[in-house]
Amino acid sequence: MTQTTASSWLTRLSGGQAKQMLLAFASLIALLLVFTLLNPDAFMTKDNIIGILQSTTVIGVLAIASTFIIITSGIDLSVGVLMTFCAVMAGVFMVNLGLPMPLGIVGALLMGALSGTTAGLAITKLKVPPFIATLGMMMLLKGASLIITNTRPIYFSDVEGFDQIALGSLIGDLIPSLSIPNGVLILFLVAAVCALVLNKTALGRYTFALGSNEEAVRLSGVNVDRWKVIIYAFSGGICGIAGLLIASRLNSAQPALGQGYELDAIAAVVIGGTSLSGGVGTILGTLIGAFIMSVLINGLRIMSVAQEWQMVLTGLIIILAVYTDNLRRRKT
Amino acid sequence: MDSLSSQGPAVAPLISVQNLSKSFPGVKALDRVRFDLRAGEVHALMGENGAGKSTLMKILAGVYRKDSGEVRLDGEPVEIQSPAHAQSLAIGIIHQELHLMAHLTAAQNIFLGREPRKAAGLLLDEDQLNRDTQALFDRLHLVLAPTTPVGELTVARQQMVEIAKALSFKTRVLIMDEPTAALNNAEIEELFRIIRKLKSEGVGIVYISHKMDEIQRIADRVTVMRDGTTIDTVPADTPMPQVIAMMVGRYLEHADKHIPDTSANEVLLEVRGLNRGRTIRDVSFSVRRGEIVGFAGLMGAGRTEVARAVFGADPLDAGEILVRGQRVRIGSPQDAVRAGMGYLSEDRKHFGLATGMDVESNITLPSLKRWLKWGVFLNRAAIHQVSQQMVDKLRIKTPSLTQTARLLSGGNQQKVVIAKWLVQDCEILFFDEPTRGIDVGAKSEIYKLLIDLAAQGRAIVVISSELPEVLQLSHRVLVMCEGRITGEVPGHQATQENLMALATRRESATAPASAAVH
Repeated sequence: MTQTTASSWLTRLSGGQAKQMLLAFASLIALLLVFTLLNPDAFMTKDNIIGILQSTTVIGVLAIASTFIIITSGIDLSVGVLMTFCAVMAGVFMVNLGLPMPLGIVGALLMGALSGTTAGLAITKLKVPPFIATLGMMMLLKGASLIITNTRPIYFSDVEGFDQIALGSLIGDLIPSLSIPNGVLILFLVAAVCALVLNKTALGRYTFALGSNEEAVRLSGVNVDRWKVIIYAFSGGICGIAGLLIASRLNSAQPALGQGYELDAIAAVVIGGTSLSGGVGTILGTLIGAFIMSVLINGLRIMSVAQEWQMVLTGLIIILAVYTDNLRRRKT
Repeated sequence: MDSLSSQGPAVAPLISVQNLSKSFPGVKALDRVRFDLRAGEVHALMGENGAGKSTLMKILAGVYRKDSGEVRLDGEPVEIQSPAHAQSLAIGIIHQELHLMAHLTAAQNIFLGREPRKAAGLLLDEDQLNRDTQALFDRLHLVLAPTTPVGELTVARQQMVEIAKALSFKTRVLIMDEPTAALNNAEIEELFRIIRKLKSEGVGIVYISHKMDEIQRIADRVTVMRDGTTIDTVPADTPMPQVIAMMVGRYLEHADKHIPDTSANEVLLEVRGLNRGRTIRDVSFSVRRGEIVGFAGLMGAGRTEVARAVFGADPLDAGEILVRGQRVRIGSPQDAVRAGMGYLSEDRKHFGLATGMDVESNITLPSLKRWLKWGVFLNRAAIHQVSQQMVDKLRIKTPSLTQTARLLSGGNQQKVVIAKWLVQDCEILFFDEPTRGIDVGAKSEIYKLLIDLAAQGRAIVVISSELPEVLQLSHRVLVMCEGRITGEVPGHQATQENLMALATRRESATAPASAAVH
């Protein structure tokens, strides 16, 4: 009695994972309902929904990048700053060096992958634990961004069409009443591609295997170090996409930005049911986790809840999410 | 059946177990087990691995909860809730793997969580701690400074610290799980002295061991378990063959063992002058196509270390490895797999299986490259197909290919690990404790599988601490002690006695690796 190949990767989730996903999804719906009831006029408007989608793009992409690392039972503290570094490098390529936009984009993504590779090499070859290696990368990249820009933002005003990457709306061009920004499309595209990679490719299989039992993978004759570097490089490249998104949205590379984003990303991943001890996780869950965070912040803001209290509530939600996840785990 | 109950004293036994049952997913570990322990006796518990001894003891120690049945302490029924509860009931257990913190001192380990306080409870009273510990050591006549960090002690000494810790709870029931497995003769004598001392104080001791001679020396009664049931309880001076017969029951028939002549076959694996620190010393051996070579020895003799080193899992100081006569450089498991080797670890959960992943992901893990489309995408249809073939061939009992490996029984988990190497078409297979934690039915299936694999022309190395297993499977037995090969015995000449003699030949006159015995 085997499952048929027709069953998609979505249904291939174990019962527990599916339950967690359902729970996360139900929480998201519940949040939407609560805010709609509390702000009948302001919350469920087209503009506000698009605003929520827009504000999730960067954190969503970073969270997806982090999902890979966290499934390997690693952690990446550098994703936020890496995003900024990639934005800065995009500025260097396109503004300072005047390269054409496509080249600049590829260059920025490569810089992300390169940074990921560096972190991966520090972890595998120098045997520095992921927490420390990426903490080091975080400081290093932050310093590098400030040095390269001389602590001043790089503006993309002269790069024609750069702001359209995140802010333009291909959908809006087709259906004028539905002006969903491209950034949102990119987020969903990244999610779809990453879900494919995680569930359908060797890279994804080894991501889960490393988090499940690294030593068993090594003793299976798999080059564990190489795959780990590849996973960090891949994740770094995804951070590069986040960098382009934020640079495009701000139409500038802000070298001091980025720190703190990694924690929001980790929070989204964890709310989405990915286990910090590794071996378990989904992209869809992460996406839901990211939306839960933005809906929460957006809804509270509409209700004029002070920013300090928004933080307090977000903190509580994260702890609650992981607690319910633990309850479920203990039962199974 | 319990031939001794009539001789027992009128007082209730310290512990009495009736009709105790316990199941794990896929395995019935205990089936209506009966057992009793009197004050001041050493009661040996014997049985093959997987017979249920450890499960029974873990229930008494509060690690597992029973499904049904009754446990009485001093005649009163008790529900043992947790390890802490067992401790408060004066039941202590010395696990085979010691649970001490290497960086803390002996005294700190013993009183962990119960440290004496001073200054209104704000400060720890280290002096009192050491005095209390010294008193415990004195009681055991143990010469050991309470302030010694445990990590600096020998395993034997660490065990003494565990015993002292158990006694510090005023333990009346002490369970010892293979306490001598890692001890040398002098250390065993010391342990026995302490056991006799405790006995004289009225402590009841459950002594789990495979070693007949020890049991005859130290135990009063022996209970034999098999397949999760109690076979019988007999006096410890019952003749050894009788006890063995009770223990091994149905499957240990030497008569049907067939040793094929493989002397003309190609040498698939040859190892020369392997050295690694003090754990592997000058080990050389070879394995031919179709041959099953057994590695016997006590725990810590270096057998696993040899297998891991040959497989590239641990680095070597010196040594040559030849596969099919060609010298190969093996720096990682990856190299070993490329050379056609596979290694089944003694510790499935840590080294063998990715327990959180499903059956088919585990089966195809080493060979994943072959199941990719365009070198990137998983070819799920092919993965299904090859996994299904293996599930059928090895008769792996699993509800589906996407079942999480953790939920399979031990025997089926082991088959999954074997399957992953079969898919990879390995010609040289190391089986390290292939039947550890596996029930008897699955065990004989695994034996049959190993014999088939050899018959198909593979070279098989079996490492086992169970001598009957080594005897049953091996065409040739190599015995190790303290990192050296102390002897080689042809399969048909091997007996428990001559293997055990070699396994305890410590720092002998360094017999050449291939010296025949007797």
